[in-house]
Amino acid sequence: MAEHLLELRKVSQVYRSGEREFFALKDVDLALDEGEFVVLLGPSGCGKSTLLRIATGLQRPTSGEVLYRGEPLRGVNPKATIVFQTFALFPWLTVLENVEVALAARGVAPEERRRRALEMLDRVGLDGFEEAYPRELSGGMRQKVGFARAMVVEPELLCLDEPFSALDVLSAAALRGELLELWLGGKIPTKAILMVTHNIEEAVLLGDRLLIMEKDPGRIVAEIRVAIPHPRQPQAPDFRAMVDEVYALLAGETQPEPVELGSAPGEPGRIRALPNVPVVSMAGLLEALAATPGGRQDLYKLASELQVDSDQLLRIVEALELLGFVTVAKGDVALTPLGETFAEAGILARKEIFASRIRRIPIFRWLLELLEAAEGGKLRGEVVQRALELQFPPAEAEKQFGVIVNWGRYAELFAYDDTSDVLYLETVPAQSK
Amino acid sequence: MPVIKFFRPARPHRPLGLGDLFVLLFVSVLIYAGVRLAFRAPAYVQGPTISLSPAALPWYAFLSTVRMLAAYVLSLSFSLFYGYRAARSRYAEIVFLPILDVLQSVPILSFLPVAVLALTAFLPERVGVELAAIFLIFTSQAWNLTFAWYQSLITVPAELREASAIFRLRSYLRFRFLELPFAAIHLIWNSMMSWAGGWFFLMASEMFTVGTRDYRLPGLGSYLQEAAYLGDTRALAWGLVTLIALIVLLDQLVWRPLLAWAERFKLEMVESEGKTSSWFYQLLKGSYLWAALWRRVLGPLDQRLLSWALRKSAGPEKESKKHARWGSYALIGVLGGALVLGGVWAARFLFSLPASAWIPIAEGAGATALRVALALFLSALWTIPVGLLVGLNPRAASWIQPVVQIAASIPATALFPVLVMGLVHLPGGLNLAAVLLMLTGSQWYILFNAIAGARAIPQDLKYTARLMGLSPWQRWRILYLPALFPYLVTGAITASGGAWNASIVAEYVTFGGRTLYTVGLGAIIAQATEEGNYPLLFAATLTMIFIVVVINRFLWRRLYRVAEERFKLE
Repeated sequence: MAEHLLELRKVSQVYRSGEREFFALKDVDLALDEGEFVVLLGPSGCGKSTLLRIATGLQRPTSGEVLYRGEPLRGVNPKATIVFQTFALFPWLTVLENVEVALAARGVAPEERRRRALEMLDRVGLDGFEEAYPRELSGGMRQKVGFARAMVVEPELLCLDEPFSALDVLSAAALRGELLELWLGGKIPTKAILMVTHNIEEAVLLGDRLLIMEKDPGRIVAEIRVAIPHPRQPQAPDFRAMVDEVYALLAGETQPEPVELGSAPGEPGRIRALPNVPVVSMAGLLEALAATPGGRQDLYKLASELQVDSDQLLRIVEALELLGFVTVAKGDVALTPLGETFAEAGILARKEIFASRIRRIPIFRWLLELLEAAEGGKLRGEVVQRALELQFPPAEAEKQFGVIVNWGRYAELFAYDDTSDVLYLETVPAQSK
Repeated sequence: MPVIKFFRPARPHRPLGLGDLFVLLFVSVLIYAGVRLAFRAPAYVQGPTISLSPAALPWYAFLSTVRMLAAYVLSLSFSLFYGYRAARSRYAEIVFLPILDVLQSVPILSFLPVAVLALTAFLPERVGVELAAIFLIFTSQAWNLTFAWYQSLITVPAELREASAIFRLRSYLRFRFLELPFAAIHLIWNSMMSWAGGWFFLMASEMFTVGTRDYRLPGLGSYLQEAAYLGDTRALAWGLVTLIALIVLLDQLVWRPLLAWAERFKLEMVESEGKTSSWFYQLLKGSYLWAALWRRVLGPLDQRLLSWALRKSAGPEKESKKHARWGSYALIGVLGGALVLGGVWAARFLFSLPASAWIPIAEGAGATALRVALALFLSALWTIPVGLLVGLNPRAASWIQPVVQIAASIPATALFPVLVMGLVHLPGGLNLAAVLLMLTGSQWYILFNAIAGARAIPQDLKYTARLMGLSPWQRWRILYLPALFPYLVTGAITASGGAWNASIVAEYVTFGGRTLYTVGLGAIIAQATEEGNYPLLFAATLTMIFIVVVINRFLWRRLYRVAEERFKLE
């Protein structure tokens, strides 16, 4: 078999925090061949951006191999470039200089530099803007500069790190079309494209092959070939079927309660990280579901109806699943009787329902037991965070603490004084168990 | 106007870490070495003759500027080098930053006597004094520049750093296209601050005299002092006008154009209003000479450097090397050994001082601390209301601001001879003059920060306060003071540093052959220098450094953290 353009073998990225190790990526295998447009798709925190940085040599994996044309990669891959989510243009250089600087770093002579930069700007439709500074351009135009800079050095491997997610909907659509035109029309010497995104429709629209990733630990869990010929029509049945399929893969199936809830800190078994979702968003989604006939809807339809991006939608659904307000199966989300009650309840009743549900979540049960045992029902937030750090990486532990405080405050399970960093029981809680 | 921020506390958890103690030990050993050298310092130093003719002023102004420039070049080079090392090092947080943090809170003038004595001991007198002056200004300019550069280096946005790596910008290219532009505005502002602070120390060292040793240097500082001593008000006026003109000129011809030019390096992606403008920059931009300079000299030089950097970094990226490890271990060993040895000697020297000598040191420290507190209190008393007034009324600001800026640009030490001349005949004259000097040195920091703070109060909050019908007193308590608090703390930190510094020159004055002094730590340092009581000089200098560092860590840093956490308007 011919060697791959890019190959990752058993790549792992480990973060150490104290005694514990956390896998940002675990044993990832990936191969990319010439002529392919491959998309890495997954929820935030699944390590897909890290994987892209490892693939280009910006970051070195803790273990595993990165091969480019069969050769182990050392340092940054000179044959690869990246288009960044935040454009990463030098604000103090003009559009032309931004593109030229990439050539200058490769030792291209000044006249040649100018010629090639102008030609590339012309090709992406930026002629007339050569002397403008990035701040004078709209987001879409800025990203065009990003593309021009990445393509002017004629990379074999073009990496795209969520390049459209910071753009408004219309600019993103236009830019996707133009990228496809350049790529499919063979107008750029690029051999392969590797894109990271959390937008499911975008992945199906552009990719030949989708690699679905999961988090904790970050890994590739599925691979889907998109055989729909270009130009793909987002409204066509085969396109929608594929989107539905990807949603189903990413949303998973609702598991029996003990599995969904996981275990408490300090107990054996997997502890479930709480999705970082505000209570208001959950309520909003439940209301929307309650308004649909049968309280059941396809996830992809819900996303387009509510105008939320797929990543956010999946996170809210995950939270609702955890609380027992919805169930998910085959890409459909359905309201449970409890979810229906919540959607119809008034402000105070909602709080009560919410409180009764989060009491069942092991992490809250654990915290309440700690608080009850603590003197005066008070506990330093720092103590709780330290305990969480035994389960999660420090940044994640802080985030988890934030979610716990947020949900707990809403449910009035406990109060938290930010200034003194103290959690305390507001009232004597009902006897648990 | 940006917040004036010399002081940028690092964020270790403990107030005084092991690293800090090492740095303090290092500084002590350094001062000890200086004091040892001082034994050989000449007992009599003939000062320069200072001409009071206004015609001599341009020459003096030139000399002063050259000293400042030399110190600045030194500071900038040091900053670039040290900042780079610190930003690249894994040990930045535990080694490089504590060093800077301690050094920036050390009262610089406290080692003026030691520096002058030590350098004149083995160098020709005039050269020694010149170098001491430059060294002193360097120590006042370098730290905040270094912090600015280091901060910039570590806060370069991750995506720009990654973009530079993926597009293979290395060494000079990265410096030229990424790091320098990103740091430019920061560096320029801090350079302006450094210069403003530098004048203070330049004046002090140009007019430094202890007993029979006349360490004065020909320059604006000694001119002003001589004029005050001889009671020549006309010369005094000439001198002050020259000094102010020089500072304004530098502002207009150097700093404003630089700031206007640096507008392009703003990171924000939106077109901003209120750009800095400069008539001189506009003039330059249109001039043929400037264009020619760029085309003929700077452009080709840049191109040359570019291709040199490309040749140097050609080929695949080098993996980081490990062979330097043994070398650095050896270096650490030697340094550590020297430190321990020096520490032991320094301690022995310190204990040669009779225990009874510590009593006046303690008294002096108390007296100086009281003076500093008084000066800060008086500063706050008038600057907070005025700052609010200016900050809340754009119309008042338009005429008050320039006046205040001119007034603030005069280094307090330049005014000191005038103060002494006016107050010396009053009872407790020097005591009063000392507090006034501290006040003139410190009030501007608080004022400028108060103005900036008042400006930063969001319009919505001001409207809300009015809509709620808060009484003036309630507005102060609920809105203005909390909103100003972080700014006031920032200002007060710098102001307090300035006030401690001022004590050295303020508490002990050789004026027209007479020596005037008052109780204070600064007076003890100067007196010990004059009497050649070197153990006392050493003890008093160390005491001052320790006190100021401890006050910084235990008082100011805590306040700063409270301010950051609770009173920051996001």
